[in-house]
Amino acid sequence: MELTGAEIFVRSLEAEGVEFIFGYPGGAVLHIYDALYKQDKMKHILVRHEQAATHAADGYARSCGKPGVVLVTSGPGATNAVTGIATAYMDSIPMVVFTGQVPTHLIGNDAFQEADNIGITRPCVKHNFLVKDVRDLAKTIKKAFYVATTGRPGPVVVDIPKDITANKAEFSYPDKIDMRSYNPVQIGHTGQIKRAVKLMQTARRPILYTGGGVILGDASAALTELAKIMNFPVTNTLMGLGAYPATDSQFVGMLGMHGTYEANMAMHHCDVLFAIGARFDDRVTGHIEKFCPNATIVHVDIDPASISKNVKVDVPIVGCVDNVLKAMLHEIKGNDVHSNAVALKEWWQQIDEWRSKDCLKYERDSEAIKPQFVLETLYKLTEGDAFITSDVGQHQMWAAQFYKFDKPRRWINSGGLGTMGFGLPAAMGVQFAHPDATVACVTGEGSIQMCIQELSTCTQYSLPVKIINLNNGYLGMVRQWQEFFYQKRYAMSYMESLPDFVKLAESYGHVGMKITHPGDVEGALMEMLKLKNRLVFMDFITDKTENVYPMIPAGGGQNEMILV
Amino acid sequence: MENEAGALSRVAGLFSARGYNIESLTVAPTEDPSLSRMTLVTRGTDEIIEQITKQLNKLIDVVKLMDMTDGPHIEREMMLVKVHAEGERRNELKRLADIFRGRIIDVTDQNYTIELTGAGDKLDAFLQALDRGVIIEVVRSGVSGISRGERSLKL
Ligand SMILES: Cc1ncc(C[n+]2csc(CCOP(=O)(O)OP(=O)(O)O)c2C)c(N)n1
Ligand SMILES: [Mg+2]
Repeated sequence: MELTGAEIFVRSLEAEGVEFIFGYPGGAVLHIYDALYKQDKMKHILVRHEQAATHAADGYARSCGKPGVVLVTSGPGATNAVTGIATAYMDSIPMVVFTGQVPTHLIGNDAFQEADNIGITRPCVKHNFLVKDVRDLAKTIKKAFYVATTGRPGPVVVDIPKDITANKAEFSYPDKIDMRSYNPVQIGHTGQIKRAVKLMQTARRPILYTGGGVILGDASAALTELAKIMNFPVTNTLMGLGAYPATDSQFVGMLGMHGTYEANMAMHHCDVLFAIGARFDDRVTGHIEKFCPNATIVHVDIDPASISKNVKVDVPIVGCVDNVLKAMLHEIKGNDVHSNAVALKEWWQQIDEWRSKDCLKYERDSEAIKPQFVLETLYKLTEGDAFITSDVGQHQMWAAQFYKFDKPRRWINSGGLGTMGFGLPAAMGVQFAHPDATVACVTGEGSIQMCIQELSTCTQYSLPVKIINLNNGYLGMVRQWQEFFYQKRYAMSYMESLPDFVKLAESYGHVGMKITHPGDVEGALMEMLKLKNRLVFMDFITDKTENVYPMIPAGGGQNEMILV
Repeated sequence: MENEAGALSRVAGLFSARGYNIESLTVAPTEDPSLSRMTLVTRGTDEIIEQITKQLNKLIDVVKLMDMTDGPHIEREMMLVKVHAEGERRNELKRLADIFRGRIIDVTDQNYTIELTGAGDKLDAFLQALDRGVIIEVVRSGVSGISRGERSLKL
């Protein structure tokens, strides 16, 4: 039987097992919305701004591993979605974004609400497609999901002109797709894996530096087993938090610009660096010439282009992180490989000495609420088991430092693009994926205002997200840089005329609380957690001038940290 | 590459986004109409060329990629030059075209249009040999490349 393009769209998404579509309607996608109206297998979530649709789909994907799905209209609908697409692209998040387009015969005519969606999104997608014939629609959707979710994942845009959604074609959804030009590598090179294991045996000061790839590749179990067998220290990147249990004694904390002293010192002094699903981002390496000066570097990554991009690698291994780690474990167990226990004992002694600096210490008897204390208390009261999303700024770094993630997919933040406005919509997506879980959005008074309209979406769908607003009255991260590097010239880092967040939350039908004294922090958070089915907006008035420590200043090496 | 609309802009976009330089680029469909073949000339250290190779391979539309300079290969470029050809000059230009194995493919009483094929430096040399004032117009195709012997870029 022939179906319209809109019906084919719906049936294809059903075939992909899509549960949620995050979107916003408009002229170019009205046929699709009409077809969605007539089905009840998938739920469409109406956001208040297309940027939020992409962040919500992104949060959903990060927290459950399935691809996020977005539907927006042509022109402004698509351009509004771009920030969220770029955010997902930088963090390799699987997502399929459907954008409406003007009818085929009008393309290129500067038609009403026309934008070149393919051209605009090209540099921030893994791939994109323009559907030019309704007979190609099902196959293109299949390809889009396949490309988004395999290899190094990423967002894929499918641009669908309006006439395509009205035209008719026979529907059959392909169960397999073969693309001659796209064959992601799975298995790592055996010889290289053996070389890496040899280095594990001989290393005197090894460290495992692991990133978001371990989480995306569901390789946490294999990583943990490997680290345990070899007794190696583990550091995670901002994107990798939760890949290795943070409460384990072998975890030395996050590394990089605001990483722990022990993690960065161990990186600087290591003799063999095992980089796993990480990409040597500049926020991690610091000054590239000073990076890990004495290390032999092994790098496991699914993307060959990540290897030797920033730092020359000695043992490159291209493959699925989980496969490669399991192959290493096989090699280790099969040949009864052991690490150098004597050398490791010394190495651990050295690391413990660095640890004893207690680099995350902060003033505990301050009159003002210390943001670190709020996060420590949140961690304690949620027993480390909440999903935490964050925005971008100081609060993000404190959340990364003070909430100890023991499980993967619990820490949801925009690491690569650093997108303010990400936290709240991402938390909505997480809450849809995990309706019974505690989902908290750690944010700042600057960031939360970038997608504040989503409080309305939370009302519509009764999403009990907990908002932890660390309100320092400043664009704090900007203020910190101005304090350190611009002689305290605080240009535009002060947020004047803030709203009354409590009243604002209440006006959307939520609960709001303002907390001004350190002594009230714990009680207020307990009250918040009791309100299981309500969105609670916690406005913590925190120390205005607290800074994030430690810090590697731009151009510094990993051993050149500023400590508190 | 897949012979798809947009494939070329993905390649061009990658070069500009990552700050690589395109010296020349030619592209046309092959005997298999679903594929087109591109020859791209760029310059860089070994590390940069390695990155460019990997990034190009990552593009979904790129089916197969070969660095021609890894082995013996042939580069050819075609050039059309329109020159002032009056009086005395006509013979001189004809001779020069012959020396470079060029062909005069269009003649008026004032102009010649000369067609010349070869490696880039041969075309450069021909232009050098012409008096500056003679040249009216030059159009070059950009380089096409193929490897010598058994090696080939084929699916
Ligand atoms: C969309 C966007 N614009 C600008 C920035 C630059 N930026 C990074 S952190 C920051 C300040 C954030 O302020 P706030 O949300 O209050 O967090 P705080 O640092 O005070 O905790 C700014 C402006 C950004 N990351 N994203
Ligand atoms: Mg702030």
